[in-house]
Amino acid sequence: MSGLRIEQPGLLSLLQDQGRFGQSQLGLTTGGPADGEAFRWANALLGNAPGSCCLEVTMGGLQLTMLQASRIAVCGAAMALRINQQPQPLWQSHSVQQGDVIELEMATAGLRSYLAVDGGFQLTAQFGSTSTVLREGIGGIDGGKLQAGQQLAIGASQGKPNWHLPEAFRPDYQAPLTLRLIEGYQSDDFSHPSKQRFYQHQFKVSRQSDRMGYRLEGPALSCQRRSMLSEGICYGAVQIPPDGQPIVLLTDRQTLGGYPKLGSVLSLDCWQLAQRSAGAELHFEAISMEQAHNALHLAEQQFQRRLQQLQSVD
Amino acid sequence: MSLPDYRIAIAGENALILYFADQMSAEINQCVLQATQALQHELADVLLDVTPSYASLLLCYNPLLTDHFAVRQRIRQALANDGQHSQQPGQLVELPVYYSEESGPDLARVAKLHQLSIDDVIKLHQQQSYRVYAIGFAPGFAYLGELPEQLATPRLDSPRKKVPKGAVAIADRQTAVYPAVSPGGWNLIGLCPVKMFDPTSSPSMPVAVGDEVRFTAIDKTEFLSLGGQL
Repeated sequence: MSGLRIEQPGLLSLLQDQGRFGQSQLGLTTGGPADGEAFRWANALLGNAPGSCCLEVTMGGLQLTMLQASRIAVCGAAMALRINQQPQPLWQSHSVQQGDVIELEMATAGLRSYLAVDGGFQLTAQFGSTSTVLREGIGGIDGGKLQAGQQLAIGASQGKPNWHLPEAFRPDYQAPLTLRLIEGYQSDDFSHPSKQRFYQHQFKVSRQSDRMGYRLEGPALSCQRRSMLSEGICYGAVQIPPDGQPIVLLTDRQTLGGYPKLGSVLSLDCWQLAQRSAGAELHFEAISMEQAHNALHLAEQQFQRRLQQLQSVD
Repeated sequence: MSLPDYRIAIAGENALILYFADQMSAEINQCVLQATQALQHELADVLLDVTPSYASLLLCYNPLLTDHFAVRQRIRQALANDGQHSQQPGQLVELPVYYSEESGPDLARVAKLHQLSIDDVIKLHQQQSYRVYAIGFAPGFAYLGELPEQLATPRLDSPRKKVPKGAVAIADRQTAVYPAVSPGGWNLIGLCPVKMFDPTSSPSMPVAVGDEVRFTAIDKTEFLSLGGQL
């Protein structure tokens, strides 16, 4: 016996690696972590290869038993972590022994947590990735969400020390959210006043929000264009269906769509959006392609710098 | 074949979209396919994903390795020099269909709408071959066109919650086979026993963009013997 056993899967727990790229010509979406930042830290705190397969736990309620010694790290939403009923900090790696019981309670801030194990979860990739896309029935274990009683294989222990990420470097999922938008696609087909309203008003996350897309409620946008041919949809694309309420398309989006799009939200902000629940408020801000490029490079440099500043906990 | 004029637009932080036309046509779709093959080859070091459609091509690249100015320049160069790339001709794929009111719940309504007999609808649907214009919406969902004008039928006012796997459907001037059970708003006229998407086999799909598809009627016995399920 090795790996770990799922005792309670919680509301929605999915195996996710970095995502499935290069398969959109078959109609396969990318999947991958809804929050790429927390996912990245969970792997980094264990010294795993970037993109190693983690458990994405939505809302919480997970319980599992270790069937071998390993190390774990949980990053993301504020879900109380207990190891053998003892509270343990998030954003930190922990050594665990065979028989240890690990629990994640319901989230009190944020929506999704990433539980990483030493060496990553080991499972057979489909179309180059282990990411689970429920709608497609692809990835994970038989394309489904985790079930009680399932046993997951994990990587070999790398024998690295445990680290924690200083509090100042952790995101605040309750902070006011601005979605930086790079205008593109059919943005010229939206009138200037309509766009002005779009940037001036607050939007609310609707209940119809999931890994596929976040539907927002706010002033309706009107597009002059009536019909268009279906075309490829990139991550973060803001689609405006006939009712004028924007949908930000995320990791599990469909590959092609025929509704007009205003542009796309910066990935860094999509990750923050995916940590918000229904009712959360946000607004949009236009940025240029160059500003987006700089933001991505800055985020990457910041991540690498923080990686050097991790504090040992042993 | 030389490529027509095309427009490059921003799609997202790491994505550009090439527009070849506003209307669908086999010629334009062939250009999209040609550009897809050329760019996949020439920009392989920076591309993450390539999504061709009817008349457009979405390119997603690694933004930490390059920027949109460099990618635009490389697109222009690669497509200007194109022509040396040998075009793989599409194959002709035959798909058997059990057309009936039992397997196609909208068959009678479609016939009535166009003042045709059910047999006419079945004949017209098989009369020509269809080009695979795009694959998307769901894994293995191939958009086939163009349906004969006499069969052009609007989508259902309210989509079905559950369309069966293998359903042969028409909408506007398009036709398709649903690869898996899913919601859908197209008109159902038959069932195809061939798996349109099988993740365990290679290739996972019987068709690719640029292929031609021809439908052939089979009866219920053949349908069942080919593994079809009612």
